[in-house]
Amino acid sequence: MAEPLVKKDDDRDDEADYSPFMGIEKGAVLQEARVFNDPQLDARRCSQVITKLLYLLNQGETFTKIEATEVFFAVTKLFQSKDTGLRRMVYLMIKELSPSADEVIIVTSSLMKDMNSKTDMYRANAIRVLCRITDGTLLTQIERYLKQAIVDKNPVVASAALVSGIHLLQTNPEIVKRWSNEVQEAVQSRAALVQFHALALLHQIRQNDRLAVSKLVTSLTRGSVRSPLAQCLLIRYTSQVIRESSVNTQTGERPFLDFLESCLRHKAEMVILEAARAITELSGVTSRELTPAITVLQLFLSSSKPVLRFAAVRTLNKVAMTHPLAVTNCNIDMESLISDQNRSIATLAITTLLKTGNESSVDRLMKQITNFMSDIADEFKIVVVEAIRSLCLKFPLKYRSLMNFLSSILREEGGFEYKKAIVDSIVILIKDIPEAKEGGLFHLCEFIEDCEFTYLSTQILHFLGNEGPKTSDPSKYIRYIYNRVILENATIRASAVSTLAKFGALIDSLKPRIFVLLRRCLYDSDDEVRDRATLYLNMLGGDGLVGETDKDVKEFLFGSLDVPLVNLETSLRNYEASEEPFDISTVPKEVKSQPHAEKKAPGKKPSGLGAPSSGPTSAGDAFEKLLSAIPEFSGFGKLFKSSAPVELTEAETEYAVNVVKHIYDGHVVFQYNCTNTIPEQLLENVTVFVDASEAEEFSEVASKPLKTLPYDSPGQSFVAFEKPEGVPAVGKFSNLLKFIVKEVDPSMGEADEEGVEDEYQLEDFEVVSADYMLKVGVSNFKHAWDNMGADCERVDEYGLGVRESLAEAVSAVINILGMQACEGTDVVPSNARSHTSLLSGVFIGNVKVLARISFGIDGPKQVAMKLAVRSEDQAVSDAIHEIVASG
Amino acid sequence: MGHEYKDYSKESCPSVKNILLLDSEGKRVAVKYFSDDWPTHSAKLAFEKSVFAKTLKTNARSEVEITMFDGYVVVYKFVHDLHFFVTAGDDENELILASVLQGFCDAVGLLLRNDVEKRTALENLDLILLCIDEIVDGGIILETDANTIAGKVAANAVDGAVPFSEQTITQALATAREHLARSLLK
Repeated sequence: MAEPLVKKDDDRDDEADYSPFMGIEKGAVLQEARVFNDPQLDARRCSQVITKLLYLLNQGETFTKIEATEVFFAVTKLFQSKDTGLRRMVYLMIKELSPSADEVIIVTSSLMKDMNSKTDMYRANAIRVLCRITDGTLLTQIERYLKQAIVDKNPVVASAALVSGIHLLQTNPEIVKRWSNEVQEAVQSRAALVQFHALALLHQIRQNDRLAVSKLVTSLTRGSVRSPLAQCLLIRYTSQVIRESSVNTQTGERPFLDFLESCLRHKAEMVILEAARAITELSGVTSRELTPAITVLQLFLSSSKPVLRFAAVRTLNKVAMTHPLAVTNCNIDMESLISDQNRSIATLAITTLLKTGNESSVDRLMKQITNFMSDIADEFKIVVVEAIRSLCLKFPLKYRSLMNFLSSILREEGGFEYKKAIVDSIVILIKDIPEAKEGGLFHLCEFIEDCEFTYLSTQILHFLGNEGPKTSDPSKYIRYIYNRVILENATIRASAVSTLAKFGALIDSLKPRIFVLLRRCLYDSDDEVRDRATLYLNMLGGDGLVGETDKDVKEFLFGSLDVPLVNLETSLRNYEASEEPFDISTVPKEVKSQPHAEKKAPGKKPSGLGAPSSGPTSAGDAFEKLLSAIPEFSGFGKLFKSSAPVELTEAETEYAVNVVKHIYDGHVVFQYNCTNTIPEQLLENVTVFVDASEAEEFSEVASKPLKTLPYDSPGQSFVAFEKPEGVPAVGKFSNLLKFIVKEVDPSMGEADEEGVEDEYQLEDFEVVSADYMLKVGVSNFKHAWDNMGADCERVDEYGLGVRESLAEAVSAVINILGMQACEGTDVVPSNARSHTSLLSGVFIGNVKVLARISFGIDGPKQVAMKLAVRSEDQAVSDAIHEIVASG
Repeated sequence: MGHEYKDYSKESCPSVKNILLLDSEGKRVAVKYFSDDWPTHSAKLAFEKSVFAKTLKTNARSEVEITMFDGYVVVYKFVHDLHFFVTAGDDENELILASVLQGFCDAVGLLLRNDVEKRTALENLDLILLCIDEIVDGGIILETDANTIAGKVAANAVDGAVPFSEQTITQALATAREHLARSLLK
């Protein structure tokens, strides 16, 4: 019984391996192509040879220039044959060979003949081939035929001409634009695809003319577009028009919204999807506008077609980022998708749920995810980990179950990127949620016991050195760290030595034990490890030598390098070995370009392990370093806050300038980031002249001009003001950019000797109360509120007048105060009539402030609020109320 | 080689980046690229390898399946030992892509008389290549209706008395069979 079965399998294997092209070889096929030159053409055989040639090209074989030319000339002979099948293969072959201009001339007349043939199939294909290989000069010759073809009664011919027009518009726009009338006629075609192709071409011809596009959309949305594909196009063009016109209307009614909504009832699913997606992507979409789109997407979620489920869950996932509450209605359907066969769908469902979930559903979700994690790919797991991280930051009280989840997946199999995402998340949670620190560090210690990635081990050791000594029982970490010295490679050993030294420097009781361990490292086989051990032993005084002062040691171990690494590298390269040792103080501290301001996105968390926690983890620290390197500002004390950049110029002007406001206790420094966008100019001695007449409490004390500002290489100019100590002074500043312009020849890159003085008006900006408030969250608001006590509390009620919506009022108040919303209370449920926001921050003078604001809205959109502020200082509590009262 | 492709933005026409027909080991049967995203032969092969590996374990036999990676959306369907794929940018309307794929699969089914497997496909490679040529031109969708596509491929039908789309399936099959009879290497 078993034997014939095996035999049959073998047979099938042979059969599967059989290919008509087995043993095919380029040289032989090229030889075969000689049949194209036979006086008596064998059409069948010629077709076969062309198929073989196409097969070779398809498999990635390439022809040399000579081979391609030879084949091309041979193929052109085949136009003599009347065989339609062969002609189709000839067309295909010519397109694949993409002949050069002088070769094209050979086939032009044959193709033009086919274009005017009685056979529609010839006409359609000849148009496509000719347009693919043609250049501008030839195009003018055939233009007349193409215009006729566009309005041809045969839809295949019309489509061929229209699609060719879309391609040709890229290379010969001026010619194709002359076809507008014919294309417009074709838009009215009864043939579905002709309408689709005509609409696509018409829009591309007019795309730079807003008015024309708007007219096109207006007329077509009223009429009847037959083809679903054309309808999808129309929806895209409509959203474009909406995007460009959304600002003007006063009524709040969005133009064309009714058209988009009517498309949600179209019979073709692709149109419904296109419309639903267009609605969700409207800028500033309201929850009322979203509702009908969400409803149809929700129906798609339970479709039997995976593509439909995918499309719906992907769209809802995006909506959940901005309008989580609008999606909550779909949560039940979404939960059933967690077990979807298609893992892309399941992952999107999970991450959507994590975004829309509330505190009470976290535990249930985590249970479902745990089952799901084991059978998805790493790239999906990373997405899930990132979603869990942001969930944890949103609901800090749930850190325990989320941290447990992260640690359990950390123990499982996974690649580097995945493990890095988990470790980064744990680090961020440790930094943001103090209660999570000890547990988190312990999980990381467990992980490095069996970690195959050197990079992650060293990063964790570094982090452990900074955070471990500050915990309640630092000694328990020593074992994990010293294990690394015994078991790991040199890179990890070296970083473990540094970590041990950090524990020794901070905790005197551990010092003797650390010394013992460090002395053992003196016999390590690796230079770096020995050098570090020697260095630290000396510094910490372990060998009885006179150690440096305690402060210096800590600065060395924990302080960040105060020179830019790039500059240090250049200096070290230039240094030549000599009697004189390298002096780090000679390294320039000035940062050439300023990458900080650009990178700083509002509210963005520092990115995990990338930078040491004591070093520049945020833009603020980077700014502080930048500013303290400038002698004029070094006496201002500690930088309290740096604002997000405020643009002072319109987009795409000659000079782009934005300002970052740096707040100190008794000073403010304005950092003007300037970019010169004119290649022909070099600016020198760039200063900003600031008029502070509307900022009475401020007086200018210093100005640091920017020496040179070459094209496209940003630089900074600074102006400093004095203000009353600790007072949140406000005011308006107007700015004038002054500089010397020198002409530059862009090709040579050399500037003229002589320059001309010039100036450039910038926009005004203000220093507002929110500039004196740091966004600092607390993990447990109620706890913090109770602890603060009511000693310095002030409560008052305010009417905010008529507002667009409750959500708008809430976000306006939060913005004015510049405080951090805690526990996700900045999000207002869509139908809520009242809402409470919990805010926290640190006011200038390092005063902690907490605010509890209850909002209410009544029928005519009158919003009122009750503001309760608690802080460590009654004056500050009052100041917060003043901000609101005057705002 | 030599072709220039425009990167169609979202405001513009739906566009297809490639159509792939691979066998059950991920080897090429017929492929066509309409985008410069994969400039070299090895870049194309690498893409095919990864799309094949990512979809291999899924069951895309009864319904069109879909996946997303590296900024692309790929819809796919398997018939016997043939794997059909259509790729587009990740902001493309998935259902439009699915209609392209469905048109491709069904047209191949008509042209191969439902004998959709690698061997038959290779024996009728000319039909498969013509079929792809009739579905997408330079990234722009030409036609998605399987009957019409098959009709255009199976010669003479465009200007014939009876348009292919109005023929019955049996007639369509007969036309295809006729073409098969003169097919290559037999």
